[in-house]
Amino acid sequence: MFEIFTILHDNGMLLLMGQYPNGPIGGVLCTLLISVLAVLLAFPIGVLLGLARLSPWRWLSWPATGWVYLLRGIPLMMVVFWTYFCVPLLIGHNISGFATMLCTLVIYESAYIAEIVRGGIQALPHGQYEASRALGMSHLKTLRLVILPQALFNTLPSLVSQLVSIIKDSTLGYVINVPELTFAANQVSNQLLTKPFQVFAIVALSYYLICFSLTWLANKLEAHIAQKRRQAPPQPASVAPAVMLTKPSSQ
Amino acid sequence: MALDFSSVITGQYGQMIVDGTVITLELALGAWLLAMVLALLLVVIRLTENRIAVGLVKAYVSYHRNVPTLIQLMMWYFAIPTLLPEALQMWINNFNAEFLFSLTALGLCQAAYFSEDIRSGLRAIPDGQNEAARALGMSYVRAMRAVILPQGVRNALPAMINHTVLLFKNTSLAMVIGVADLTYVTRDIENQTFRTFESYIVATVGYLFFSLLLMGLGALLARRFHRVYAR
Repeated sequence: MFEIFTILHDNGMLLLMGQYPNGPIGGVLCTLLISVLAVLLAFPIGVLLGLARLSPWRWLSWPATGWVYLLRGIPLMMVVFWTYFCVPLLIGHNISGFATMLCTLVIYESAYIAEIVRGGIQALPHGQYEASRALGMSHLKTLRLVILPQALFNTLPSLVSQLVSIIKDSTLGYVINVPELTFAANQVSNQLLTKPFQVFAIVALSYYLICFSLTWLANKLEAHIAQKRRQAPPQPASVAPAVMLTKPSSQ
Repeated sequence: MALDFSSVITGQYGQMIVDGTVITLELALGAWLLAMVLALLLVVIRLTENRIAVGLVKAYVSYHRNVPTLIQLMMWYFAIPTLLPEALQMWINNFNAEFLFSLTALGLCQAAYFSEDIRSGLRAIPDGQNEAARALGMSYVRAMRAVILPQGVRNALPAMINHTVLLFKNTSLAMVIGVADLTYVTRDIENQTFRTFESYIVATVGYLFFSLLLMGLGALLARRFHRVYAR
């Protein structure tokens, strides 16, 4: 037990941010950075993919559906290797492990976010779409002004859950030497040689704390949104004059 | 650049791909069975309403859902053996240690997901169903078998299918600790033949085939359940 504190004292900074001031950012910070960047970049792509899947035009919906099924059907490890080989070929020069992993996560998670967005849109009452079209809005205008604002708000908890998945998936950066937490853990473990259990316990706990708090946040958000949807629409301000009436007459 | 598949799917490389696929499937099936048995056990423990036992199950599920699978795998392969007595370590290493540990890690991890799927499937059934069945004179076991479980399975099925596909895809993580699964042999072949695209296309198609097969079977099963128990 005591050894855990010694390890934290000696290697805590390496696990937290790698060799950051003197080298590339690593450890927990790298994991968080890559995951947040991945979710931010994958979100717009995911929305477009989700919309494409639902679009009335076949030339758009079929390729999008195929792409989503393809990505959902192969392991992330395969996507990592594909990006590792293909991206340098496509852009003509080598990219860092960090950039490779970021590309991988964006490509892979955009398919999952597309499914979340599609679910969010399909959960809306169909009347919303029909009413907007009946008011003379075009398909795209309906999506932009009516469907997406509601759907995206409702998918917020699922997006936070997806961030948890992305954090967990970012561990695969280890395979292509991205200096994130898993990689740092193996570095420390190989250096100490005899204490793998303590090192991996620290790392598991770190991941646990990050993911657990985000899951908690997702649940809170979900409860909040569910409550908001259950509530009756806000009453008009007609209550206010009633307060005036109850004002006790001064004696 | 012309693609030449014949060099990676025939001869010794073809044999390697077949062997890798077999290992992947064995790992997936073994872990699935382990996960299923454990998940049922976890659900039953959770139904007992013994506070300590339920707390332990909750902790188990929470750990396995919030720690990345790769870390769990490394925990089992690198960390936990060091806690075992040396004789036992030697004994395990005589058997296929990588395979056994990855099967354990994947199975234990997936059990947490499966148990949550089953539990939420059961929870979605109104209490009245059980009460009505009991009021009709059915025993607890009969009410479970004839009324609760069929509905519970139907409710839990979509999530369980998704998680089965996830388990199948997660077997590729075992490559990190040296299990010679499809991903591992693909990298091997790529290193030996330098036929990057061909080898990865073959592996991708292989994974895709089995994933889509699982999804298709799942959809069939869900439809069947829906028809049989539709009101």
